[in-house]
Amino acid sequence: MTEKAIEAKKKGQKKSSEDYTYVGMVFHRLTRHKLAMAGVFMLIFIVLFVFVGPLIWRLDPNAQIEGLNGLFNPASRAHPMGTDDYGRDVLARMFFGGRISLFIGFASAITSTLLGAVVGLVAGYYGGWADNILMRFTDAMLSIPTFPLLIALASVFGKGVWQIILVIVVFGWMVDARLVRGLVLSLKEQEYVEAARAIGASANRIMWRHLFPNTLAVLIVSTTIGIGGNIIYEASISFLGFGVQAPFASWGNMLQNAQQFIWNSPRLIIYPGLAIFMTVLGFNFFGDGLRDAIDPKLKL
Amino acid sequence: MATRLVEVQKLKKWFPIKGGVFSTTVASVKAVDEVSFFINQGETLSLVGESGSGKTTAGRTLLKLLQPTSGKIIYKGKDITKLTPNQMRPLRRNMQIMFQDPYGSLNPRMPVGDIIQEPLDVHGIGTRKERKQAVATMMETVGLRSEYEKRYPHEFSGGQRQRIGVARALIINPELLVLDEPISALDVSIQSQIINLLQELQQRLNLTYLFIAHDLAVVRHMSDRVAVMYLGKIVETAENDELFDHPLHPYTQALLSAVPVPDPEVKRERIILQGDIPSPVNPPSGCHFRTRCPYAMPICKEQEPLVIEVAPGHTVACHLLTKK
Repeated sequence: MTEKAIEAKKKGQKKSSEDYTYVGMVFHRLTRHKLAMAGVFMLIFIVLFVFVGPLIWRLDPNAQIEGLNGLFNPASRAHPMGTDDYGRDVLARMFFGGRISLFIGFASAITSTLLGAVVGLVAGYYGGWADNILMRFTDAMLSIPTFPLLIALASVFGKGVWQIILVIVVFGWMVDARLVRGLVLSLKEQEYVEAARAIGASANRIMWRHLFPNTLAVLIVSTTIGIGGNIIYEASISFLGFGVQAPFASWGNMLQNAQQFIWNSPRLIIYPGLAIFMTVLGFNFFGDGLRDAIDPKLKL
Repeated sequence: MATRLVEVQKLKKWFPIKGGVFSTTVASVKAVDEVSFFINQGETLSLVGESGSGKTTAGRTLLKLLQPTSGKIIYKGKDITKLTPNQMRPLRRNMQIMFQDPYGSLNPRMPVGDIIQEPLDVHGIGTRKERKQAVATMMETVGLRSEYEKRYPHEFSGGQRQRIGVARALIINPELLVLDEPISALDVSIQSQIINLLQELQQRLNLTYLFIAHDLAVVRHMSDRVAVMYLGKIVETAENDELFDHPLHPYTQALLSAVPVPDPEVKRERIILQGDIPSPVNPPSGCHFRTRCPYAMPICKEQEPLVIEVAPGHTVACHLLTKK
């Protein structure tokens, strides 16, 4: 392939689609998807903001300025986003709150997708009563109203980052399970699965080495879009007061805190709100673009 | 006397059709219906017949990729019909299959080297280094450059993919190889390459083939013995030349008359069968072929013809011959 590529370069030809590996091809198609690229730039901006920002702006997000003069300060050189009701620097809190929000979004999306994939693989591959039990359980989980139960769970498990992740995973895997099951139902009829059985491969091997990699493309899309959704979810939970607890910041509990001062200091609600909006929009754009890029039938 | 490698007795594979409120079995697709044949060590038995005659199902049931409804599969004198998938696993080393579809039979997410190596991994043969070496050797054997092992299946042509399929099947040194229409999805020029490769490998590795095909010219070229299937039944079995020179069953005769002869001077009588192959859900009573047979008699409707041996190794199931 390298010789061919060099030869093509000499002739000044453009790479044809056959010269790419699968990942290379998806990447190439993604770069031509305008919305996805907009999403990517939004996400790069957010990630830089959240991870590089604190290296430059070294204020403690939980430190309070003593005295009444420190509260509700408008934007100034000392505090570019002002201070909040406890006299804490809003910019520093935005950095650390973003880290928490992103971490919860990523961790819960990946875990819930994996959990869903396992359930879907087992249900789809074995079929029969295993499929029936697992899928009816999935249906049952989908019909539980989340928020009332959440409030109940918060009183049992306590409140915090890990508890939020747990809750999002427990209530978030069902859609992925259905997705994977559907895929597996069609994939397992493929001849390469039969070939694997003819070789004597175990069910585990077939599921993880043959079926799972072929669902990966769809799962990556689902995870990407899931991250955005889960950040919103975290914000909602925190907004209700059952999420990340003070003094630690998350974009969600910054919003919650700010709602009392919405008329006096609207910026306290605008900054975290805008950050959540941008992140979620970025992940949704990127996820949509990824979905288009892996669909070989779409010309991009 | 050649030794029998595998023998199938009254093999039956019915696929239930579920229906009704309680998904009870309302009917069955009788894909393979009491089929008996054997394959000797080192020979090629061809299974021919038109689409829907059950030849592929017969091949897969033989390998126990499908659980037979009834009947017996005897491999090297051992009844393997009732073995569980776990008990079958060590036997899978000896019996392999090569598939028809060069696109569907290779996992698109696996590099070719891994695909070929997988049987070794599954059966835990050799060290990691030995496996890699075996893969490289096998790739060269089937005519692929071993540098290609990191590539993915979509980077290969149909013929190359079939070579990969052969390599995967042969890397664990099987004795029996079921070739499930290995060439019908390929271009004619590539077909001959694959056929020659298969023949060469058979001689070199002393392989036994069950060759499932509908291309009669290739069948004549490849096989030692031929079995003709129609609607789930074997209607005629004979040595290669015997079958092609003296076909006795009307269906075999019709089938052979459809083979084009590369000589415009030759005038032959074409037997053109009327209608389609009947549904295997509800096959005709008596002889399955009677609805399309030019010689159908009243008895064909009432009785199923018995398999009779008309010459050594030549068996036919037809009332025309029973009467004599």
